[in-house]
Amino acid sequence: MAAHLSYGRVNLNILREAARKELREFLDKCAGSKAIVWDEYLTGPFGLIAQYSLLKEHEVEKMFTLKSGRLPSADVKNIIFFVRPRLELMDIIAENVFSEDKHHSSRDFHILFVPRRSMLCEQRLKEQGVLGSFINIDEYILDLIPYDGDLLSMEYESAFRECYLENDQTSLYHTAKGLMTLQALYGTIPQIYGKGDCARHVANMMLRMKREFAGTQNQILPVFDTLLLLDRNVDLLTPLATQLTYEGLIDEIYGINNGYVKLPPEKFAQKKQGEASKDLPTEPKKLQLNSAEELYAEIRDKNFNAVGAALSKKAKIISAAFEERHNAKTVGEIKQFVSQLPHMQAARSSLANHTSIAELIKDITTSEAFFDNLTVEQEFMTGVDTDKVNTYIEDCIAQKDPLIKILRLVCMQSVCNNGLKQKVLDYYKREILQTYGYEHILTLNNLEKGGLLKPQTSSRNNYPTIRKTLKLWMEDANEQNPNDISYVYSGYAPLSIRLTQVLARPGWRSIEEVLKMLPGPHFEERQQLPSGLHKKRQQGENRTTLVFFLGGVTYAEIAALRFLSQMEDSGMEYIIATTKLVNGTTWIKSLMDRPESQTP
Amino acid sequence: MAFITANWNPLGEAFYRKTELYEMCWTLRDGLRDSLVAAAPYGGPIALLREPLRRSPSSRPQLEIYSASGVGIASFPWKSGPVVQLGWTVSDELLCIQEDGSVLIYDLFGSFKRHFSMGQEVVQTQVLEAKVFHSPYGTGVAIVTGSSRFTLATNIDDLKLRRLPEVPGLQGKPSCWVVLTQDRQTKVLLSNGLDLYIVDNTSCTAVVPPGLSPQAGSVVHMSVSFSYKYLALFTDSGHLWTGTSNLFTCLSVCLPVCLCIYQPLYLSLCLTRCRRPKSQQPSVVLMWDRLLLVAGVCNDTIQFPLEDPCVLIGELDGVRIISSTNQELLQEVPLVCQDIFKIASMAPGALLLEAHREYEKLSQKADEYLREIKEQSMLGEAVKQCVEAAGHEYDTNTQKSLMRAASFGKCFLTDFSPDQFVSTCRELRVLNSVRESSVGLPLTHAQLVYRQFYPLAIEICRYLKIPDYQGVSRVLKHWASCKVQQKDLSDEAIARAVCVKVGDSPGVSYSDIAARAYECGRTELAIKLLDFEARSGEQVPLLLKMKRSQLALCKAVESGDTDLVYTVVSYLKNEMNRGDFFMTLRNQPVALSLYRQFCKLQEQETLKDLYNQDDDHQELANYYVTASYKEKRLESRLSLLQSAVDEYNKAKNEFAAKATEDEMRLLRFQRKLDDEKGAGLLGLYWWLKLKSLAEKEEWEELEKFSKSKKSPIGYLAFVEVCMKCNNKYEAKKYVSKVTPEQKVKAHLAVSDLEGAADAAIERRNEAEMGAVLSRCSASDRLVIDRLNRARAGAAKK
Repeated sequence: MAAHLSYGRVNLNILREAARKELREFLDKCAGSKAIVWDEYLTGPFGLIAQYSLLKEHEVEKMFTLKSGRLPSADVKNIIFFVRPRLELMDIIAENVFSEDKHHSSRDFHILFVPRRSMLCEQRLKEQGVLGSFINIDEYILDLIPYDGDLLSMEYESAFRECYLENDQTSLYHTAKGLMTLQALYGTIPQIYGKGDCARHVANMMLRMKREFAGTQNQILPVFDTLLLLDRNVDLLTPLATQLTYEGLIDEIYGINNGYVKLPPEKFAQKKQGEASKDLPTEPKKLQLNSAEELYAEIRDKNFNAVGAALSKKAKIISAAFEERHNAKTVGEIKQFVSQLPHMQAARSSLANHTSIAELIKDITTSEAFFDNLTVEQEFMTGVDTDKVNTYIEDCIAQKDPLIKILRLVCMQSVCNNGLKQKVLDYYKREILQTYGYEHILTLNNLEKGGLLKPQTSSRNNYPTIRKTLKLWMEDANEQNPNDISYVYSGYAPLSIRLTQVLARPGWRSIEEVLKMLPGPHFEERQQLPSGLHKKRQQGENRTTLVFFLGGVTYAEIAALRFLSQMEDSGMEYIIATTKLVNGTTWIKSLMDRPESQTP
Repeated sequence: MAFITANWNPLGEAFYRKTELYEMCWTLRDGLRDSLVAAAPYGGPIALLREPLRRSPSSRPQLEIYSASGVGIASFPWKSGPVVQLGWTVSDELLCIQEDGSVLIYDLFGSFKRHFSMGQEVVQTQVLEAKVFHSPYGTGVAIVTGSSRFTLATNIDDLKLRRLPEVPGLQGKPSCWVVLTQDRQTKVLLSNGLDLYIVDNTSCTAVVPPGLSPQAGSVVHMSVSFSYKYLALFTDSGHLWTGTSNLFTCLSVCLPVCLCIYQPLYLSLCLTRCRRPKSQQPSVVLMWDRLLLVAGVCNDTIQFPLEDPCVLIGELDGVRIISSTNQELLQEVPLVCQDIFKIASMAPGALLLEAHREYEKLSQKADEYLREIKEQSMLGEAVKQCVEAAGHEYDTNTQKSLMRAASFGKCFLTDFSPDQFVSTCRELRVLNSVRESSVGLPLTHAQLVYRQFYPLAIEICRYLKIPDYQGVSRVLKHWASCKVQQKDLSDEAIARAVCVKVGDSPGVSYSDIAARAYECGRTELAIKLLDFEARSGEQVPLLLKMKRSQLALCKAVESGDTDLVYTVVSYLKNEMNRGDFFMTLRNQPVALSLYRQFCKLQEQETLKDLYNQDDDHQELANYYVTASYKEKRLESRLSLLQSAVDEYNKAKNEFAAKATEDEMRLLRFQRKLDDEKGAGLLGLYWWLKLKSLAEKEEWEELEKFSKSKKSPIGYLAFVEVCMKCNNKYEAKKYVSKVTPEQKVKAHLAVSDLEGAADAAIERRNEAEMGAVLSRCSASDRLVIDRLNRARAGAAKK
């Protein structure tokens, strides 16, 4: 089912299996038939751990979505609530329990908190007078969810907001716990590097937790050589830029959620012979995207401009393979051909799907609006006219383009100019409030608090220095046959990935000056390994680094890291972990505040 | 030595032996008669309560605790209610189950630890019978009540009571019952008349054991094996059924011919752990008043006469028989011992033993025996057999001769691994030293620790090379927990002693030790000990319990566990007054931010106070902006926005202040437009119509008009216009329809002082009461008094 998780350098299926085992154990605790009531947010992440078949094997007969009022009737022994520890959800659960018909049913109630129990929630249930109704109150520690062969995500959407706007470090505690679980399965990670306040905090907690478990020595040979913790606010620029890899663009345009994308159905209509294709499907087409699909694994990280060529090459190979049948003369040859058919047919349908997606994306990327937007982004990234009001942004506001697009551009200009002149900043803000409504003042305040938008202080703009030192802009980015990570943004090399690259070679000492310009401390820690667990490295064997992005990572950044892993002379392979997969739009959205207005 | 087989009794293919373990050190005046006796498994302690149901307060029964060898450990008069059952937990705590369903827990040394109840309804119905059982979850308690219902608790340390479904037709208690744990489920098997039932959490199912014919009668005794794998049933016609405890398979049915028909006093399953070629065969031990009988699978029996009343304790590999004078172990002779000691055995081990015996006698026969073994290339096997048999023997002389023989045989082997020999030597030394009657038979190091033989326990842990984490650390922790109870030592001395000994041994929780100290009333010592705890999270619950909440908050923040911080914060909130609470939070920014998050969701007002306290004008302004959107009325919305403007100004955020002012201007302007176009015009129309109808004195028309729609200008206008036209009667019609805020005014308008007073008092509005008072003259004494009383009442609050 999840074989693609075990293909990579690190077998992430171990983590998934551990999570599944724990789920089974909990389900078995509640003897008899069961119905699960889901906190809707959890269904996506859980889908990455277990399908319905697993639940069914453990007598889960019904599933409902958590909502207020009465629980739907179901002839089961147990009702299990799968919820995040949130107070508002507790109120709904209490309502559900109260409206249960006490006389005619004897269903047992259980709660499974994901990822952790919360005393606050239990207290709330107690206040509501229902705590005693629960036979089991348990926690299901699901911190890091294996997402793909080299990718782990906590699917913790509000992490950036909580850390930088609200000073709530709950997500960091979960991160540290998740990393401890990971180390329990894959061995102690001997070296920890980090940059940023949150990174420091997580490292501190990890070291503390290790001390607390002194005595239970981990006897597993370390799989990871290095852990790199990176705060998202060290590199605010990258997520604001439009991603230009295939996967990145799918996410920018349609949004990938828990490995699934929903696409407009028109292009996927099955044209059957003799059937008038009058009724176009109206349901969006839902596709799963991961490296289990051979073609997708091949093209996902390519610059979109190189995808067309890859697809047509693949088409030729596939049709050539189908042509083989004419050469099959003997029974043996025909048999061999037939045995390959299912694989070939799967490849063909995969090709058809991605050709359709590529067409959809191409319609957008070839539009003038997309081009203009990209031009402005690239001007900002190269430092052109970042200190004055940009006419393109002005025009967009005047045309009332989507607010998030405006905010992405304005924030980008601010980041690339190390803050905007007060006059420029006020101008943008006023324009935004007047066009989109005064209520967005809260969002603007949030963006300022998060450092995405700021007035320029007396210090000079240090972005050009950072850009030059880290070679963030490469003039001659090769999109077809890349030789540098800058291909993922057609010229811009993501700052976060440059930091990762430099750390591997020649080391951060070479860029001390730049590191000091970026927010938060940088540090290095070592964790002692028991003697005998020191790896004896084979000649030419790559080292493995786990890069953890605190506050989110984009698909383009992941593509850049995969590119580094594949570079022959890099000597380093990367596994990526994050609190949440983001893009500029979802990221800015998580920072917005929209008071619900009562019409006076 | 020569008569090692003297106490062997054949049973089918096997042999059983009864070995004396101890002559009991105790002196019991009345033997074991009329007493409740409970002995813990694995050679654990014995508890004894004489005449447990005696109720007279003048002569209280005595509860006594002895080691397995009968050395007295504790003794005290039983002052609580009548006891139905005694039992030991897996960690050697004594459970005393009382008639009223309460269960009292004592430690090994007879000091009271805690109690719990098996349910409220039991107080009425009373416990008829109770059983203590051990399951993978821990130690459990099962009771059957006067209303014939079973209640189970599978783990007394995590108490969850389960009331089992009703058993059809059961009156009083069943004739016999046992608790089974299977597939991680706990069930009760019971016999009622001719029927057998299995009761689990959800259902009660009738069962019929395969192979037991209905003519066999009703089951009057049952017993389950130590591992819950096998079951034995004894019927009133004297049939004995043995099978698996899931009742799927029958192993044997013994006919009454070979058994006494009288009901036995006790039934116990005896199993051996030795490796039999086929399967393990259970045998059943039955006890009558003067007879002990072992029944095997093939109608074969062994009988032992008894002189004294005894108690049988099922063990993993046998049955312990405790009488008032001695203690014996009845077990199947392990196969390897049979091979070696069976008369005329030619097994390699037996030959090796013989060879060594001859060698000690300096006889050349030793060589002959040895040659014989070597010719069959069985020397390795012979050594193994001797070593293994030594491990099974209780008598130290037998152990020694076997080990010597093994060592002798080893000399003639070149590549024999000494591991088994060495570890058996170690284990035997340990076993022998704990079997000393002064210690009394504990078999594992854990049990040793609970009996406070610390140095011996630590020695054993080191000697047996048990990892520190599981061995020495646990001993140390237990030692420290006892140490903190020593009243004659100062806090300082104890803390130092504990720290020196325990150091940072892995797996020792200083919090647990501190908790123990606190339980004994030594708060200061507990705090000193907590300082050594590395895990800050662990310290928090205890610190809270000890009311060191500030310190608890520090530690919670240190741990990084936000839920823990919330725990302490909500505790502090209830404990402190608001000012102190805020000040405490102020010193802990992390806790403060978390509390803010909580308030954002739950207590908006508090959030405002928090920002106020911190002079966080920017956030305060944002707060007002958010709040303004929740307001329906323009005036309140504007006033909130004005507050926001003020705060933005204080925060020196000129832009936001200006933008907010603009927004206010915009809102006002919008309202003006609305007023002029919409509601304003409608109001005007109502005013005109009201006035003209009143002036024309068309009162009926006016009343209809007032009911035609909800008046956009309110109803006070109606009252006032009517009064202006001097029609008090009509005016009064509209008084009841005015809004609560205008009630007083309306009553006053029609000069209804009493009505006005009522309305003002109901609204508890000082100003309005004042207004009514000012209209009162001296003649309105009653009204004035009422108003004054109400004002005084309001002032108090």
